Order: sequence, then structure tokens, then C-alpha cells
Amino acid sequence: MNLFPLDSKFDFFGKRFIAYGVSVLLLVLSIVALTTKGINMGLDFTGGVVIEVGYPKAANLDAVRALLKKNQYPDAVVQYFGSSEAVMIRMPPAKGQNQNQQADQVLSVLKTEEPGVTMRRVEYVGPAVGKELFNSGGMAMLVVLGGILVYVGFRFQLKLAAGAVLALAHDLFMVLGFVSATGIEFNLTVLAAFLALAGYSINDTIVVFDRIRENFRKIRKGSEIEVMNISTNQTMSRTVMTSMTTFLTVLALYLFGGETLSGFSLTLLVGIVLGTFSSIYVAASLALDLAQAQGSAEDDRQGSGCGYPALGEIDLGEIDARRAVTSINRGGRLD
Amino acid sequence: MNRYPWWKNLIIILVLVLAAFLALPNIFGENPALQISKRNALLDRGSLDRAEAALKAANIPIKSARLGDKDGLIQFDSTDDQLKAVNVVRSALGEDYPVALNLAPAAPRWMIDLGVKPMLLGLDLRGGVHFLMQVDMKAAIKTALERRVDGMRGDLRHANIRYISADVDKDDEIAMRFPDASVRDAAVKSLEGNYPELSFDSASRGGQPFLTAQFTPQGAVAERKGALDQNITTLRNRVNELGVSEPLIQQQGDDRIVVELPGIQDTVRAKEIIGATATLEFRLVAGTPSDWTDAQQTGHTPPDARLYHEKNGNPVLLKRQVIVTGDRITGASSGFDQRSGSPAVFVNLDGQGARRMADITGQNIGKQMGVVFIEHRTETKMVDGKPVKDKKLIEQVINVATIQDQLANRFQITGLDSPNEARDLALLLRAGALRAPMDIVEERTVGPSLGAANIQSGINASILGFALVAVFMMIYYRVFGTVSVVALGVNFVLVVAALSLLQATLTLPGIAGMVLTLGIAVDANVLINERIREELRNGMTPQAAIKAGYERAFATILDSHVTTLLAALALFALGSGPIKGFAVTLSIGIMASMFTAIMVTRALINQIYGRRVRLTHLSI
Repeated sequence: MNLFPLDSKFDFFGKRFIAYGVSVLLLVLSIVALTTKGINMGLDFTGGVVIEVGYPKAANLDAVRALLKKNQYPDAVVQYFGSSEAVMIRMPPAKGQNQNQQADQVLSVLKTEEPGVTMRRVEYVGPAVGKELFNSGGMAMLVVLGGILVYVGFRFQLKLAAGAVLALAHDLFMVLGFVSATGIEFNLTVLAAFLALAGYSINDTIVVFDRIRENFRKIRKGSEIEVMNISTNQTMSRTVMTSMTTFLTVLALYLFGGETLSGFSLTLLVGIVLGTFSSIYVAASLALDLAQAQGSAEDDRQGSGCGYPALGEIDLGEIDARRAVTSINRGGRLD
Repeated sequence: MNRYPWWKNLIIILVLVLAAFLALPNIFGENPALQISKRNALLDRGSLDRAEAALKAANIPIKSARLGDKDGLIQFDSTDDQLKAVNVVRSALGEDYPVALNLAPAAPRWMIDLGVKPMLLGLDLRGGVHFLMQVDMKAAIKTALERRVDGMRGDLRHANIRYISADVDKDDEIAMRFPDASVRDAAVKSLEGNYPELSFDSASRGGQPFLTAQFTPQGAVAERKGALDQNITTLRNRVNELGVSEPLIQQQGDDRIVVELPGIQDTVRAKEIIGATATLEFRLVAGTPSDWTDAQQTGHTPPDARLYHEKNGNPVLLKRQVIVTGDRITGASSGFDQRSGSPAVFVNLDGQGARRMADITGQNIGKQMGVVFIEHRTETKMVDGKPVKDKKLIEQVINVATIQDQLANRFQITGLDSPNEARDLALLLRAGALRAPMDIVEERTVGPSLGAANIQSGINASILGFALVAVFMMIYYRVFGTVSVVALGVNFVLVVAALSLLQATLTLPGIAGMVLTLGIAVDANVLINERIREELRNGMTPQAAIKAGYERAFATILDSHVTTLLAALALFALGSGPIKGFAVTLSIGIMASMFTAIMVTRALINQIYGRRVRLTHLSI
């Protein structure tokens, strides 16, 4: 079975400005969402209390709200969590009482009206801990992006690596925009989804880059744009297929993983789709344009007309690394 | 020809057999069980028999009962039986036998004896409490200085050096006042050698000769570490008292302690017991009741005494010198005073404590002694939108009694409000005092019902994820797709085996990591299969295409796995409980997939196609 035409000759890079347009539009939408709605920061980062309780039958949220209001919890946010028997109550840190007993007190208040209430989950995060988790999360994100930049720069070429990491940052920013627009609670698991996305989303880009590098060595005729077009067309089916398999498993998580994982899996789903789009279009296009920009700058300086020196170097500079890998292969194969 | 040498196939088979064996205990699941231990001793066969007999009498069916190295384990068929049994066993054996609810692996005995264990389930899957406690190091230093200033007063008295006052005047400083500079210099000489962890400074304040003492930097570090270590030990004792099986108590950073209590039901009591700083001090009473009210009204107390209050607010003067502190208590149990019938705590002292108690009470028969109950309480209040910690030191005299006779190592304390208070105080005295107060800065509690629901959703998501990928791969790549699905199954078994072997904790995000790994692991096969198709299209023979496909896809697969692994490692370093679980399963899954997606599929493909000389067509 094959979903893709075997000899597609789609002109990806000639039309890259359309892709840029789509990108810019999504980026603008993300910025609008982030500035107007902001991010719904979860308890992990803000500190506070979350209580999830189970009711024996469908709970009446208004009654719960009224009960809490009557008992000095006017700030409590009450909502269903996955089903109408599960209620989630979110509260900012309480004033003037011991915060880590707040949850127990709320539970006993709820029990006065419905004795069958059961505690399903309590989370309390002190404000200082929330700040620390936020900082270490941001640090982890930077480390991952930096690590990818170094690794891809080492395996390919710094220019391609810069394009790849820029494309990655662009994906993650748009996913953040999506998280903001939909009001998904941004907590530790969603942050984990972002980090996993960073590591995963670069994979498709690497597949395309690998092929571009290979083709620069093989195809001696033709402009850079042509070579990159051929490469992208050749890798099209695997880019989409690899994303598809991962998409399917994450879809299973979204459908069956329960409410706790829904923010996590939705973030991944959107990120996988955006990452595929950007691997096909944005990453290589960015690399191409970065190279072109530098190429023309060098042209001005040297006055010589070599098209894309930066990309042209790829094959020459990388043959050694490539050989090293193939020789590793040989060493491991004894048939 | 595509063939693996025999030893390569053998390695693959060995790895598979080993992994299957390690993963096997997970199939059997777990039985609800009771874990019975004996306080300060090993559990003997007789106690276990008594528990069994009591359960038989109460008509509660037992699945199995066996004596372990230091405790006993009774397994049941249902959680209902287990919950009924816990009360029966507790009342049959009494207070000296902590009984904990537990889940015991249901795998056959010989497997457990070989040390093959199922994966550990995280708190979000089995229910339980996770606390992060912050140790108040400022208070630790202050109380450490307070202990030392007591000792210094004694040292100075012994050396006949006269001091006017000696107190902890700041959180980190002791200040002593002397009548003149020469006495002070004598004091420095006599004290310096005894307290190498302190640095002494002579100063004069308002013309008065003073001596101040602070911890040296090394001394302070050692003191902080000591406080943390002792708090951990104390927490361990308390948790054992609570009867929690498989608790985790661990240092995190310089001043934090993680406490994880799986399967605990009564979180309110757990919090009270864990956070409590209650301890006792025994002091001689100073003066008469009229002196006490005078001191209350004028604020003037004799230099060797301090003003305390009883529970009802009445003032009492007690000597500054402590007879015995709570540290000297080796055992405590609760009960009732035989004469008055009021709740009481029976206390045992260690040798040194008993000697001091005997000396001092022997010299003071007919005089009075006060029992002081000391507790640090922290309340967090919001002031101007910022949390402010309000620390209260509660020092209450719970009992003033006339010394009738010389006391030795065992005596009783009354003056407690209720049997529950007596029981908790006895527990805290047994477990030892916290050296520094602690606050809970993070809490995550998952009820058992949610835990079970989380396991179910994890299993459902895994099955559906696997099925979706399997169907897709088999339709799209036929024989090659089917082979990758087999490899994917192997990958799953490898991950479970690795988690069981490492005894890493499986959390709900951890399951998400396993499901995500399914999707990522099969990517390698997509890359290989697409490459083989492409080489076939370019006119290669099937055998050559298989070979080229595997070889040329390798670098790409390696690259993509390394980047994902990079992210997983960063996640692990960021590591807070559940997220760490995600990072662990994702890393293990990705590393395992380098083996399964490349070597295992290749071995299978070689078996299917490798020997056929006239191969004209591949089912891909």
C-alpha cells in the first residue's frame, strides 16, 4: 500500500513563501492568544490547592459552590473533572490558616452535605516550590534546545542546526499559542509534553536533512532549490508516516488516558501535526534562506558569484562524519 | 544473502528469554495483604500464629501467611477481607505490633525467592501521599545553640566562673555577660576547648564585658546536616509507628525531605504525626505559688528560673536547669493512671537519663517537678498577598507533681486531655523528637479509587495505542509491517522487564511514556521500510535492498533517537515524581527500540527472506 505518489515533484521550496505566510499567520494568532488570554498556569507553578472529590451520583456544581462560599471559600473554582461524579476544586492559597490543612477542611465541609464524598486526589504546592518548579522547567527547556542545537550542529552543519532549532522554537511557540487559546492548564505534565515534543519533532527534520546531505553528494547538477525539492519529495512519505504512527498512539492516550493526561496528549497531538508541517517546510526553508542571506553577504565582500557557499559546503565537510557512521555500521555487521 | 551469524541470533534469543522472565511477575498482579512487625524486635512465629488464629475465629479467609526475615505477611483474596482483618489483628496482638496495609506480589514463591519482582507502582496508581517537607534550618541552628548554652552554664558553674547572664540573644548567636574582663577571659579559656564547632568573640557592650559565640562555617554545616539526618531518622520511626508499608523517606537538596506513604487512608492523622515536633522536658519547680503570681505580675523572675504556664493559663516557675529532655526517652506507651483513671503516658528513660533522674529526684524528695510539653507550630498567613510563616513555640506545663520517691528509669505522666492525646504523645516520644521544625511545602495525595481508575485508563490506552499502530503497520507494510509489530511487542516486554529489574516506579505519566514509545519505536521501522521500498524502486535486488535499507537508515535512526533521549534526560533531571516516571520509561523505551526495531526485525526478516536465493518480490 502506498499513500504517496512515487514520483512526486512538488515544488516545496519555490512555494516556501506560502508556507512562511501560513507560519506568520499562526505565529500572529499565537501572539494574540498569549497576550489577550495568557497561559492558564496550573497549580504546579502557581502554588495553591487542588482537590478532586468523587460523588456517589452526579454532583450539583452550584450547590457545591454555594456550600463552599458559605464556608469561607469564596475563591474556590469548582468544575467537573472528566465525569459528572468527579468534581475538581481549585483554590488559591488560603489566607490566615495553615495551607496544608486546607484540603482536609474543605473535604469535611463537603461531607456535611453529602457524606458519600470521597477524596480522590489532593495536591498542595507551596508558592516557593511553584516558583522553583517553574524555573527548573524553563531551564530544562533551554537545556534541551541547546543540546539539540549542539548535537545537530555536530552531526550536520551549524547552519542547518540553526534552521532546525529555529523551526523547533517556532513549533513550540505555536503549540504554546494553542495551549493559551484553548485554556489547557499548563502544568508539569504539559511541560513534559513540550520537552518530549522538542526531542521528537526534530526527528522528522533530521530525516529531511539527512536526505538533503546525501543528495548534495549524489546530485552534482541542479540548483540548491532543486536538490532540496527532490530530497523533500523523496522523504515526504516517511515524514508523514512516522508522524502518523506517533499520532495514533498519542490519540489512544487522549481517548483513554483519562482526564489527568488529556492536556498532555492534546498538546502532543497538536505539536506532532505542527512539527510535521514545519519539518517539511520551515526547517529546510529557513536553512536555505539563512544560507542565502549569508551567501549574498559573502558575495558582496568577495565579489565572486558562487551560489550558496554555505550549503555547498555541506557535502564536503560532512563526508568524514558520514564515513565514520558507515564504518561503525560495517564494524557491527558480520554477515 | 541476509543472514545473521548464529551467535547474534543466540544473543537476541537470550535477551528475549531473560526479558520475558523478568517481566513475568507483572502478570500475576498483587494481593491485598497485611504486614505485621514487632516493635524493636523480629516477629516470631508465635505472634503470627496468634494473628492467624484470631482471623480464623473472626471467619476471615486467609490466602497465605508467611514469616519473612523480620516481619510477617498475611495475604487475602479481597480488599474487604484485608480491611476487616486489620482491626482483628491489631486488637489480637496489641500496641507493640504495628500492622500495615500492603500489596504483596501474587507471583509464585519460587519467583519471589529468585528476587524477580514486579514493577513498583507509583502513588498515582496505587494511592497514597507524597509530602515534600522543608526543614527550618534557622530554627535548627537556634535550638542547637540553646542546647549548648545549657551546657555552658553547667561548665562555668563547675569551673567556678561567675557569669551574669548566658542566653541565645539572636537566631545564630549566644551572648554571655560577665562581671569583669578577667573573668570573661577565664571563661573563654575554659569553654573554647569544649566547643570546637563554635567561634568565640570577646566584646564589650555598653561598657560591660561580653562573650559571644557563633557556629563556625563548618560547624554550621555539620549542625544543619545533623538536623536533617536526625529528622529523617525520626520521620522513619514515626512512619513505622503509623504502620505504613514500603514508605520512602529521602533527602532532597540541602534542606528538604521527601516522604511518600503508599496506600495510606487517613492523611489527616499522617500529617499531624509527621509534622509534630512535640517533646517533653522535666524540670524542678522553683519557688511557691505566690512567687509564681508575683513573677507573672511583675515580670521579674529569679535568675535560675523561667516562667511557664499551665494549660489553664496559671503561671508556674520552673528551674532553668533541665533534669531530662525527651531525647533520653527510650520507650513510651499510653494507658490509664491506676488511681485516678485519667489518661497517662508511661515513659522509659535510657541509662544516662535514668541516672540523672534518680540523682535529682533523690535529692529533692518532697519537692515538686513539672513536665513541660513543647511543640513548634507553623502557620502560614497571607500578609499583603505574600505568604508569611508564623512560628509559634508552645511550651505548656502539663503536670506538676510532688516527688514522692526517687524516680528511676520508668514512671508515668498524667495531665493529658484524652486517651488519643496520650496515644499520640507516646508515639511521638517513642519515635524521638525532630531536631528542627518542618513545614509541608508540597503535598500530593491520591485516593485508592483514583489510583485503580488510573491503572485502568493506562492499560486501555496502551492496548488501543498498540492496536492502532499494529493495524496500520500491517496494512501499510504487510510482512515487514507485521515483523515490526512483533518487534514492538518485544519492545514493550523489554521496557517492563527493565522497569522491574531497576525497581523503577511506574506512574501514570510513565505509562504515557510507554505508549508514546510505541509510536516512536515503530518510526525506526518506517524509516527502514521506506528505504527498502525506495531501493527496490531504484532497481536493487530484494536481498540487496534489505541490506541497504537497514544500513542506510541506521544513521538517521540514531540521530532521531539521540535527540529524543536528550529531551528525556533533561526531563529526568528536572524530575519531580510523576514526570520522572515519564522520563524513565521514555528513555528505556527509546534505548530498547534501538535493539528491537533494528536487530530483532532484521533477525526475523533474515529468517523469512534471507535464505531465498531467487527472491524476486518482497511483501512490503
